[in-house]
Amino acid sequence: MTALRRLFFVVVGLFLALPLIVVAGVSINARQTLAFPPQGFSLSWYGQIFTNAEWRNALIASLTLAASSALLALLIALPLAWFLWRRIAPWANIFQLLGVAPFTLPPVITALGLLTFWATTGFYGQAWTAVISHGIFFVTLPLVTLSLGFSAIDRSLVEAAATMGADDRVVFRTVVLPLILPYLVSGYAFAFVLSLNEYIVAYMTVGFTVETLPIKIFNALRYGYTPTMAAVTVLFLVIAAVVFGLVARFGDLPKLLGAMSDER
Amino acid sequence: MRREPPQRLAHYGPLFFPAGMLTVFFVVPFATMIAVSFFQRQQGGFYTPAFVFDNYARFLSLFFGKVLGFSLFLAVAVAVACVVIGIPFTYLLSRSARKIQIVWLVALLSILSLSEVMIGFAWSTLFSRTAGITNLFVWLGLMAQAQALTPSFGAVMTAMTYQAFPYTVLVLYPALVRLDPTLTEAARTLGASPVKAFLTVVVPALRNTILATLIMVFIFALGSYLLPQLLGRPQHWTLSVLITDQAIYQSNMPFAAAMAVFLVLVSLALVGLALYAGQQRQAK
Repeated sequence: MTALRRLFFVVVGLFLALPLIVVAGVSINARQTLAFPPQGFSLSWYGQIFTNAEWRNALIASLTLAASSALLALLIALPLAWFLWRRIAPWANIFQLLGVAPFTLPPVITALGLLTFWATTGFYGQAWTAVISHGIFFVTLPLVTLSLGFSAIDRSLVEAAATMGADDRVVFRTVVLPLILPYLVSGYAFAFVLSLNEYIVAYMTVGFTVETLPIKIFNALRYGYTPTMAAVTVLFLVIAAVVFGLVARFGDLPKLLGAMSDER
Repeated sequence: MRREPPQRLAHYGPLFFPAGMLTVFFVVPFATMIAVSFFQRQQGGFYTPAFVFDNYARFLSLFFGKVLGFSLFLAVAVAVACVVIGIPFTYLLSRSARKIQIVWLVALLSILSLSEVMIGFAWSTLFSRTAGITNLFVWLGLMAQAQALTPSFGAVMTAMTYQAFPYTVLVLYPALVRLDPTLTEAARTLGASPVKAFLTVVVPALRNTILATLIMVFIFALGSYLLPQLLGRPQHWTLSVLITDQAIYQSNMPFAAAMAVFLVLVSLALVGLALYAGQQRQAK
């Protein structure tokens, strides 16, 4: 059984790793050829991301968009999650539903909705519209982690603080915030990484004025192949692995993903 | 602190910003899209307010029927493939040591978040003639000559399964972790082989979870947009591709909006079904 299990894990692991191994391989080719195993060794394609103005601008655009839209998503999710936890207001659950909807539906729908909206209001193509679009699109992630965080708070702690005369504001700052901080950070991390990689919403809203890295890769693919695409893919994979690794290191990843670890 | 109903206006304070943002930037765009789907298209990419069903009437064409049929078929095939591999995998994962679980979860999350563009690029490289997997087959003596495996249906199907697999595992994971381990232990004690215990005890106990997961993955696959373009031929284009094509390149917003509304209705009906299946599970 153990051998069979190991074999199954290895097969699935190979299926998941194989395309990435080949991409990592072609990213270190010495010349601009699509060849595997790599011919020669060069890290210059990684250098290109930072030295070539087009790739660098795309990287900066992606990082700026991801950092600001994840922050916006957090600013929407935090007060909402707090309100739903603090008050009895069943009708307010509609906003929870609205927060989860963009992520549940096929992304092309949110993308098209926002495209018609920005076109109708006359802001189509402005860089900040992408921040709002991504902020709404990814609000689900901090909303889900924060709801989980709030539900894990022992209400008697908060009760004790209130009995001692703390008002909502003080309770939030001194009791609630420290307890939900890990969920706040992981919600931001999830939204950040997903925004970094998102293509269709960014493309439909600002695709003709701002080039994020996924848009840049897609545009570059039409004109042929350059190993820089492979280098960017590896870079993004590393960023995601580091971010999620940190979330796992400082938080409880299985629990965040829905496994009630304290039950076991 | 006890939960209380909001009494004064100030109690609603925290709700203002989230409610406002979600209303203005999600509900209003959604409503705009529905409105545009009834608008009249003008020559040159413009459209004027109207209330016509022309855009929906175009669904009745053979071309649209083919695209819709193919999209649904592809999404079903991907969902079935992912769930069939995902259930035993997630089951074994949930029974592994915590450290192993975490490593796999980090890897799965990293692949799940990887841009569709990059997944498409990675598979097109793996399926290419010069750097692809066929070179390995040639080296092993299985094939005489390296060849390109794209564009093809198999390439689209493989890459979409790749993209949806981490999602499938993460959807299944909570249910499988909570599955009572004594269930299988009992079956094993009574003499069932591990595989038999899995098929006769675990799978039936998870019937509703499996149904809900199939639907969730189906919707996820329905949203795939770049992979059919990067790895398939035009006959492998899905509804998502067609919507973008109409909106951006054909400048026919009303028709694109009508297709999107249709896609929403299909998805919502299925989400409802998934939630219903999930509730049946809770009730048990």
